[in-house]
Amino acid sequence: MRSIRLALRMLGREWRSGELGVLLLALTIAVAALTGVGFLVSRIGAAVAMQATQVLAADLRVESARPIADTVFARAARMGLDQARGTGMLSVVFDGERSQLTDLYAVTSGYPLRGKVLVAAHLFARGTPASAVPPPGVVWADSRLLAALGGHVGSQLSIGAATLRVGRVLISRPDQGGTFTSLVPNLLMNAADLPRTQLIQPGSRVRYSALFSGDRRRVAAFETWLRAHLRPGEQVRDIADTSPQIGSAVNRAGRFLSLASLVAVLLCAAAVAMSARRYVARHLDLVALLKTLGATRRFTLWLTTLELLAVAAIASLLGASIGYVAQAWLVYALRGVLAQGTLPAASLTPVAIGSLTAVALLAGFALPPLWQLSRTPAIRVLRRDIGPPPLSVLLAFGPSAGVIAALIAWVVLDMRLFLEVTAGLAAFLALLFAAGMLLVRAAARLRGHVGVAWRYGIANLGRRRTDSVVQVVAFGVGIMALLLLGIIRNDLDGAWRGSLPADLPNYFFINIPPHSRAAFIAYLHSHGARTSRMLPMIRGRLTAINGRPVESMRFPGRRGEHFATREQNLSWASTLGRDNRIVAGRWWTPSERGVPLVSIATEFERWLGLRLGDELTFDVAGDSFTVRVASVRKVKWDSFQPNFFILFAPGLLEKETGTYLTSAYLTPDQARSLAQLARTFPSVSIFDIDDLLNDVRAVMDKAVLAVQSVFVFTLLAGLTVLLAAVQSSRDERRYESAMLRTLGASRATVLKGVLAEFAALGALAGLLAAAGASVAAWFLTTHVLDLRYTFSPVACAIGFGGGIVLVAASGWLATRSVVNQPPLGALRAGSG
Amino acid sequence: MVGGVLTAERLVKQVGSPEGPLTIVQDVSLDIARGESVAVVGPSGAGKSTLLALLAGLDLPTSGRVLLEGHDLTALDEDGRARLRAARVGFVFQAFHLIPALTALENVMLPLELTGHSGARDAALDTLRRVGLADRTGHYPRQLSGGEQQRVALARAFVTRPAVLFADEPTGNLDSATGARIGQLLFELNADSHTTLVLVTHDQDLATRCRRVLRMDAGRIV
Ligand SMILES: Nc1ncnc2c1ncn2[C@@H]1O[C@H](COP(=O)(O)OP(=O)(O)O)[C@@H](O)[C@H]1O
Ligand SMILES: [Mg+2]
Repeated sequence: MRSIRLALRMLGREWRSGELGVLLLALTIAVAALTGVGFLVSRIGAAVAMQATQVLAADLRVESARPIADTVFARAARMGLDQARGTGMLSVVFDGERSQLTDLYAVTSGYPLRGKVLVAAHLFARGTPASAVPPPGVVWADSRLLAALGGHVGSQLSIGAATLRVGRVLISRPDQGGTFTSLVPNLLMNAADLPRTQLIQPGSRVRYSALFSGDRRRVAAFETWLRAHLRPGEQVRDIADTSPQIGSAVNRAGRFLSLASLVAVLLCAAAVAMSARRYVARHLDLVALLKTLGATRRFTLWLTTLELLAVAAIASLLGASIGYVAQAWLVYALRGVLAQGTLPAASLTPVAIGSLTAVALLAGFALPPLWQLSRTPAIRVLRRDIGPPPLSVLLAFGPSAGVIAALIAWVVLDMRLFLEVTAGLAAFLALLFAAGMLLVRAAARLRGHVGVAWRYGIANLGRRRTDSVVQVVAFGVGIMALLLLGIIRNDLDGAWRGSLPADLPNYFFINIPPHSRAAFIAYLHSHGARTSRMLPMIRGRLTAINGRPVESMRFPGRRGEHFATREQNLSWASTLGRDNRIVAGRWWTPSERGVPLVSIATEFERWLGLRLGDELTFDVAGDSFTVRVASVRKVKWDSFQPNFFILFAPGLLEKETGTYLTSAYLTPDQARSLAQLARTFPSVSIFDIDDLLNDVRAVMDKAVLAVQSVFVFTLLAGLTVLLAAVQSSRDERRYESAMLRTLGASRATVLKGVLAEFAALGALAGLLAAAGASVAAWFLTTHVLDLRYTFSPVACAIGFGGGIVLVAASGWLATRSVVNQPPLGALRAGSG
Repeated sequence: MVGGVLTAERLVKQVGSPEGPLTIVQDVSLDIARGESVAVVGPSGAGKSTLLALLAGLDLPTSGRVLLEGHDLTALDEDGRARLRAARVGFVFQAFHLIPALTALENVMLPLELTGHSGARDAALDTLRRVGLADRTGHYPRQLSGGEQQRVALARAFVTRPAVLFADEPTGNLDSATGARIGQLLFELNADSHTTLVLVTHDQDLATRCRRVLRMDAGRIV
């Protein structure tokens, strides 16, 4: 109680003197960075979950081959859930003479409960959301179906025993499945028309689905009941079952954001550590005096801890508010890009996490120095040169290392990445210190060759060697963060936007017969489309690995099972696409034509646990091929070019019958010609991925903006480190400059000396930063972001020159007032 | 010898130095009676401050022991000595050692608050009045002159009514006129509160006001 009162009183006073400013700033930025990103990621995560429900067209759905019991619907109604029914089957649809196998989907009103059905007036046109389901007597047929039948809006289609009019062109419905899962065209109709078609007969294959949506808690309660009352053959699907690609993209972006915010937090930790050092230096006399007046050691520890805790509390509040405002602004800036409907409200968890961070940073970086501070002996009141005994290495670095490790572990949530990041960080810091030590030593040799001000400045560097190294490293890390930011930001921005240029292929064509390849491409070109490469596609089955039949083998995951048991799409190629990168082995040479070699994608390698040199045996329409794994490729799937997990060397599969596959970019105008194309090449299946692309583009834009805003926090953190480094030597400088002036040095001389020292510091730090940022940028671009690294001499020059200017300027600003003080006041303040 | 308020028995203080162990207090024994005033004088570096620190329990001797009102300081741990100081000892230093973050009043209240004393505020105000600073209670140390700061320090030292007051060159940082007034005040307060005074000083006037003068040289009392 006494200590709290005294602590608050001292806090109030030290507050006004600006003593705790840097510490508060560092903690605030750390909290703001973490909570801002935390808020954003949790809200985007919730938005992604909402997007996922759109793929289900509901929050929850039940599927079965038999009609779903009425009790299920009754129960849902009683629990206040919205509901709709869907009935799906394959059937041949006729338009006069022409016919096409079609996926029929009959729905009741209310469908879809989540997401939107997109319709248009013309084939392959851009869709607009439909406000209701097709009315009885009317169907919505998709472009592929109408193209195959030669139909249009207004055509009369025979479906079973009924004749129904095409009211709109169906562009997409939310639950039509992944882009390539269904090879047959789609048709949406009203459930009321089903009996008239007489298509449902005993033995016909029908998929019944029940769709439910509503308040999250009620849906969860209903799901629990449902799972307990499931009948054989009934399947429940909820959000957890769907993992849309966009979701994983957002997850990745979230991870990246968290890592970026972690960098900001670590920088802040450095600033906190330096502020704490300064705090200790400035409170040695106080602790000694308190002890002289009779305070126990525990009391002094309490007092200083309380004071810093109060700072942490203020920082948490301030930081969390800034973080909240920052993410609210981001969400506002991203409105329309995020999921339709309102974004779920931000939860309060990030605030708790933010405050926890502030306390953890203090505990790790400030508590050990405070503990040391409390060991200051009382005798210091009589002999100022006596300080507390040094901390043991374990105590000095253990807690901070522990806190850093915990923070990294918490952010990356992945053991391997955790080990990589921590090992990298430790090595990096060790390197920085070693380099800083060398640089400071090298600078000391220079002092004989420079003028008096510089000699004084450099002599100072050498005299306070440890302090100088700490400062060089701190300045260096701060400048490095700023540099890295500049280098990476451009790369990242360009690469993310560049990976999805506007003219990315937006249509896929599969099942192109080999003999009409040339004609098909010619047709597309004549309509102005830009085509990508064309690759053959042959169905085949993996039968053995290194002579062992795959049926007798076990694979780690479902994916591996899948590859081992199902038919695969195989292809061959003589050249490697630019969206493929060899990560192991080598690509074949022209002279290896006909040599039994295969190149596999990294995913295939991992899922089946394969190695370079493994022998794979494939069965292709009765012919057996045994091929050796010659290379592993990392495929950029988001290039939207035709790509295959398994590529054979040329000269092996040519004799097998297969089809071809390509993709192309068509403008909306050019896309009109696709109806004609579908009639000319009836066997070719056309896939429109424009909507998917737009979604992915939106996510990318969002990620770029979010990353940039997190970098702002990193920037601020870097500046705080600079500030802390300048401040840390301020007291000593105050005393020294007063001494020098008392000895007769002019103000200008003292100032020049200080300037020289800081410029030297800045040059060393800039050198370190330029080298460090280059290495870090190389690592990040090539290992984390999968981009190409280009060395930037300009950035290095900026780092070096900027280091000198920035550090000298900030040093000068911070010290100017010190030099201006009359010597007597400074001497008294310095010794009293 | 036992019976005095402060007793030192064969005190030795050695410290390590690059040239081997250095003895800075050598075999000092003394006995100070309650209410007595003792001046310790001697050349700079003689070991006066070190002896003062040992007597006050701010530091521990290499050998020998110190009894303060019968408590063996060498047998107490750091916190034990601190508690004893809080209750029974006051200090005045050459460099004033006020806490810059606290006002004059708060500085004087501090030792009372450390012992959980109720009515700290009134006692502190009263003592400040006695040192003539009734109208400066809300000022911070840097707003006060050196003499005023030392008055605050005196108030802080006497506010707990200590059994022993240690002063290490209390006028060393002051000009002679101010120093004389501070010395005057110190002895007035001392007489009023019947405190035992141990005073290290270079100031001949101050030393002669004490009942006993101990001369130190090279760590010994001569
Ligand atoms: N902890 C210590 N380490 C090294 N030397 C010390 C230490 N404490 C005191 N001294 C030395 O002992 C001598 C006596 O110091 P001090 O007691 O301060 O003298 P005085 O107060 O009489 O001027 C001085 O030379 C001083 O430098
Ligand atoms: Mg002395």
